[in-house]
Amino acid sequence: MDDARAASRVSGDTLGGRLRQFALQMDRTIVWPFACIGAVLVVGSLYSSSFLSPDYLLQQLKVASFLGVIATGAMIVILLGQIDLSVPWVVAVGGMMATAATGWGAIGSALAIPVGVGCGVALGLVSGAGVAYLRIPSMVVTLAVNAVAQGLMIVHTGGFSPQDASSPAMRFIATGQTLLGIPNALVVWTIVGVAAVFLLTRTTFGRTVYAIGNRERAAYLSGARTRVVVMSAFALAGGMSALGGVLLAGYASKAAQAMGDPYLLPAIAAVVLGGTSILGGRGSYIGTVAGVILITLLQSILSVAQMPEYGRHVTYGFVIIAMLLIYGRGRRHSD
Amino acid sequence: MNGDWHYRFREHKGTLAAFAAFVVMFTIYAANHPAGLNANVATTAANKGVLLAIVAMAQTFVVLTSGIDLSVGMVMVLANCLASTIVVGSPQQATLGACAVLLVGVVCGAINGLIVIFGRLQPIVTTIATGAIYYGAALALRPVPGGDVDASLANALTGQLPGGIPASLALLLALVALVWLPFRRSVIGRAVYALGSSELAAYMSGVPVQRAKLVAYTLSGFLAAVAGLFVTLITYSGEASAANGGAYTLYSIAAVVLGGVSLFGGSGSAIGAIFGALMFRTIGDLLFVFNVEPLWQPLFQGIVLFAAVSLGALRLLRVRNRLELYG
Repeated sequence: MDDARAASRVSGDTLGGRLRQFALQMDRTIVWPFACIGAVLVVGSLYSSSFLSPDYLLQQLKVASFLGVIATGAMIVILLGQIDLSVPWVVAVGGMMATAATGWGAIGSALAIPVGVGCGVALGLVSGAGVAYLRIPSMVVTLAVNAVAQGLMIVHTGGFSPQDASSPAMRFIATGQTLLGIPNALVVWTIVGVAAVFLLTRTTFGRTVYAIGNRERAAYLSGARTRVVVMSAFALAGGMSALGGVLLAGYASKAAQAMGDPYLLPAIAAVVLGGTSILGGRGSYIGTVAGVILITLLQSILSVAQMPEYGRHVTYGFVIIAMLLIYGRGRRHSD
Repeated sequence: MNGDWHYRFREHKGTLAAFAAFVVMFTIYAANHPAGLNANVATTAANKGVLLAIVAMAQTFVVLTSGIDLSVGMVMVLANCLASTIVVGSPQQATLGACAVLLVGVVCGAINGLIVIFGRLQPIVTTIATGAIYYGAALALRPVPGGDVDASLANALTGQLPGGIPASLALLLALVALVWLPFRRSVIGRAVYALGSSELAAYMSGVPVQRAKLVAYTLSGFLAAVAGLFVTLITYSGEASAANGGAYTLYSIAAVVLGGVSLFGGSGSAIGAIFGALMFRTIGDLLFVFNVEPLWQPLFQGIVLFAAVSLGALRLLRVRNRLELYG
């Protein structure tokens, strides 16, 4: 009896104890989104049991991958305490430049993905330089970069949707399947996600991002190269948005003018629903994953349930508010 | 009174700069317009400019509290759709309908404010979510564009006053005189500026922080509804266009910044934002007057916007201690 109690006291070594420790470390901001995903699925399954079928769930994860990649970039910027409003047209730039590169022939076709992502990184560098070195609020810089990117693409395409098709490689990563029927887009998101987790938790860059989000002045005084980190974070976010655009263009086999518009607000909403503080400095990638899946499932179930479009928007707004009221509230003045 | 001119100049520097820039741009525009500056040119330019100016005013109230309202465009769209259904019939009915539209705007703004204040959610995410709700409501009212607004009422507000002055400018002046100036001079108005500078300090000093915030958000909703009503009068119809709502939200932020209102809150004025909005519109008109290829206009507009916001970096030249750079 006593032995058992003693054993349970030092249970940090046993598997169960580790699980318990893990559960304690789990923030409620991470548990809640997953609980909500479960709730959404349960409600959906009351409507139709097909919502729980592996095929449907895998299909949803594939659709979520596009938002997931874009939200990864949005999250890194939000962790800094900044915001990236240039998502819509950086996504479009990624898709359009990749398809344009495909039109240059065999070499272009091979380089399509790097060209698309590279253009996004370049735009992100411009935003990042504005925020880090010129000290202009990110909301304004990224808005201006969005306008410039839109202008560039309108000149590039002549105002129409471009005729270039996406390259085979783009179609492969967006629509193909590898072994076990796992969609390639999901594989891409997994790679991006693992890289993001590594970057955020295991590198100086990641720790500096969190530090800057908490207090930039303190990070600077501690000797962190805050400006380089801020600029690189925006460049990364631009690259992620463009990669999202490349995937979307591969999925639809061509790029379109407003292809990025439906991704700005859901990306921010997914990051925030995942427990990342919009003020920066707090949040984990697993939460963002939950937020992305939650938003995708919500949109999908509402549309499958044949709710009229207005009802979808209203429900979507209500769910975000309700969830944030449960676990995303700020402090009182008196605290 | 005269001793503090230096302080007063600094306080209004952003507004004055926006005013000067607008005057210069508009003079170039008017001087180069093929038809010269006649009443019709002025009226068309005024209608477009005033619409954005009203949305920018709406945005200013919230930005002054160091928040941001990403739902202004959607409130405008909702008001537009609602107005296209109820601002019809006899003059009395139409007036009643217009009042109802404005009331809905007030309610929308108040909902934003209540969630931000008592829900303690961040303004940016709150208004993203409420924006979706307001847009859904607009879509429910007008699944397809349509509506038939009485043209005589519409022309009265979007046409010309006797003497060729655009009626919309009179509307804008009335809004400044009846909404902005009383607000700026009131205790609540001062409280908004105080809490925008430092919410904690304002709270500790006994400033009615919550009431001031609620008033700011409510006025924002009210002005967004005025803008929606104005859209209805320009187009005679209502359309639940997400693209329109999103564009006006983003333009309003641009206009506010061009008008010298600090996104960190606590400094700037709605009058600056108005000139910021008029300036933003004149950029587009200038490109038209100088026969820039329509295809290139968005790019130039983007570059001008980028250059304008980069001017904000000039303050770096005055920074003596590098720590001032980091908030």
